[in-house]
Amino acid sequence: MTNSELLTAALFIAVVLVTVGITFWASRQSSGASDFYAGGRQFSGFQNGMAVSGDYMSAASFLGISGLIALNGYDGFLYSIGFLVAWLVALLLVAELLRNSGRYTMADQLAYRMQQRPVRTAAATSTVVVSIFYLLAQMVGAGALVTLLLGVESESVKALVIVGVGLLMIFYVTVGGMKGTTWVQIVKAVLLMAGTVLITFLVLAKFSFNFSDLLGAAAENTGKGDAFLQPGLLYGANLTSKIDFISLGLALVLGTAGLPHILIRFYTVPTAKAARTSVMWAIGLIGSFYLMTLALGFGAAALLDTGPESEVATSNGNLASPLLAEAVGGGEGSTGGAILLALISAVAFATILAVVAGLTLTSASSVAHDLYANVVKKGAVTEKEEVRVARIAAFVIGGVAIALAIPAQKLNIAFLVALAFAVAASANLPSILYNLFWRRFNTRGATWAIYGGLITCVVLVASSPVVSGSEKALFTAHDWSWFPLANPGIISIPAGFFFGWLGSITSKEPESEDSYDELEVRALTGAGAEQAVVH
Amino acid sequence: MSEQTHHDRQGVHQRSDHPIYEELHDSPDFDDLRRRYRRFAIPWTVAFLSWYLLYVIMSNWAHDFMSIKLFGNINVALVFGLLQFASTFFIAWLYARYMNRNVDPLARALVARYDTAIGKENPR
Repeated sequence: MTNSELLTAALFIAVVLVTVGITFWASRQSSGASDFYAGGRQFSGFQNGMAVSGDYMSAASFLGISGLIALNGYDGFLYSIGFLVAWLVALLLVAELLRNSGRYTMADQLAYRMQQRPVRTAAATSTVVVSIFYLLAQMVGAGALVTLLLGVESESVKALVIVGVGLLMIFYVTVGGMKGTTWVQIVKAVLLMAGTVLITFLVLAKFSFNFSDLLGAAAENTGKGDAFLQPGLLYGANLTSKIDFISLGLALVLGTAGLPHILIRFYTVPTAKAARTSVMWAIGLIGSFYLMTLALGFGAAALLDTGPESEVATSNGNLASPLLAEAVGGGEGSTGGAILLALISAVAFATILAVVAGLTLTSASSVAHDLYANVVKKGAVTEKEEVRVARIAAFVIGGVAIALAIPAQKLNIAFLVALAFAVAASANLPSILYNLFWRRFNTRGATWAIYGGLITCVVLVASSPVVSGSEKALFTAHDWSWFPLANPGIISIPAGFFFGWLGSITSKEPESEDSYDELEVRALTGAGAEQAVVH
Repeated sequence: MSEQTHHDRQGVHQRSDHPIYEELHDSPDFDDLRRRYRRFAIPWTVAFLSWYLLYVIMSNWAHDFMSIKLFGNINVALVFGLLQFASTFFIAWLYARYMNRNVDPLARALVARYDTAIGKENPR
């Protein structure tokens, strides 16, 4: 090992030790289901805002977006904008109402006025599917980082690292629960912001803090000229790609408020007002971060080789940020470059660990609380048993994500996350909004909305050029694709809303309409909402 | 907590069926609360979604306009994108201010009525 590899390894181990320490500390403070699922509902708005940002700014944001901008210029910026504007949907329509009417999982607020077993089964299914898509993206990021840092191309080493990340995430969740996971998110958010501010500062300093010069250098260095700074390089080729751009835009803006791992974050605060404060902080932090992705992405384009044979291009952009850190630190072979590369890689690694922990917790909670406790056992289960099942579920989901991540190494991370957003927007958002705003909505509507949106979305992705029929597809040997768009949102999101409407109007369920009054009072005022746990 | 758990475990539906909810739902204060919340949330949602979609559509089909350079290498597309950030920050701030002033006091009063009604039955 060279010195820089030793340094990198030391920083990686430090990240692991700190997060493991937090997890043990949190586990000693936790007891009971409310602690495991919702961190005791004791986090302040600011703390939760940091944790929400930590959960949201995944490897997709840090590695994926800057890579897309570095390779495709302006079109990559849509991701930053969509990911941010989406928070207004969460803030205005979902966060506070959900905090008041739910308990541990996304399904809770549906179960409030629907028949529990069918809606919980549906919601748990979509929670697990969204989380696995999202997990895949993070694991691909981990694989890419290792290739860069250890200089190993070996598939088996990459696979080993993915297994290692998977085991760590299972540990965080089973031992630390929501409390441990939330603190890991907070630490990670601080590290990520600090790392990003540092690199942004160094990049801008190279251009005497003149952003226009930075853009000019990017346009020139990539050899693409002004087109690099204009929309259309990635999505402007023809009508299909333009529709794909709209589809992506819709999935990004409507996905956030349907992401289960973000939704359950609102349960960790004591009141709806604290939920609002968390989103305000999250918007501030996430917005500043995405503004900096401009400097990272165009900086990478200006300062690195992004030609077809370069490391940036062969990693599909995923390595642009760490390589940029190396370049602004003094370049390959310099001490400064080695330190910054190690530092930023460790930050990216912390990001990945934290997000996978949040996702695993979410899906494990849903399996235990929705499927096991309320569907299988019909509520006849102790809290202790429920939490034990959640821990087992974390193992299984971690295993599935590990197994799927190994063949997905070729895809861009931000792109994979956009698919998770499409599933969330199609399967979850329609039922959440209908439930909160439409009295006539009922059990059949909810299950049709979730399964209709989910199946449409998954079938379209499976039939798209992402899965088969293109050079970068998951399966290159056969071609069964017939759906031309890479992102299914433009079809699957309206489908989710349509099936929810159709299911509701074709069935009568007076109980669910009667319960709407109670749900509405609770959602809007917070009367009778879950309280913080006092130890 | 105990009441919630009870219904969680027993009923097909999770609601409590406590009459206080109907009472609050039928009160003019609640109508007022809902009207105030929706009067902000719905028009602003329509506004920011339209503004965002306008951006997406113009990126696709107004290429020449988006490519106009305003100063240096800063073009309309970049400024339009940055304006999306500005509008998001602004609407979030506006929402928090509106809710604090116009909605929270009403919600607090209704929760107080709820607590009084529940407290009468379960003296602690």
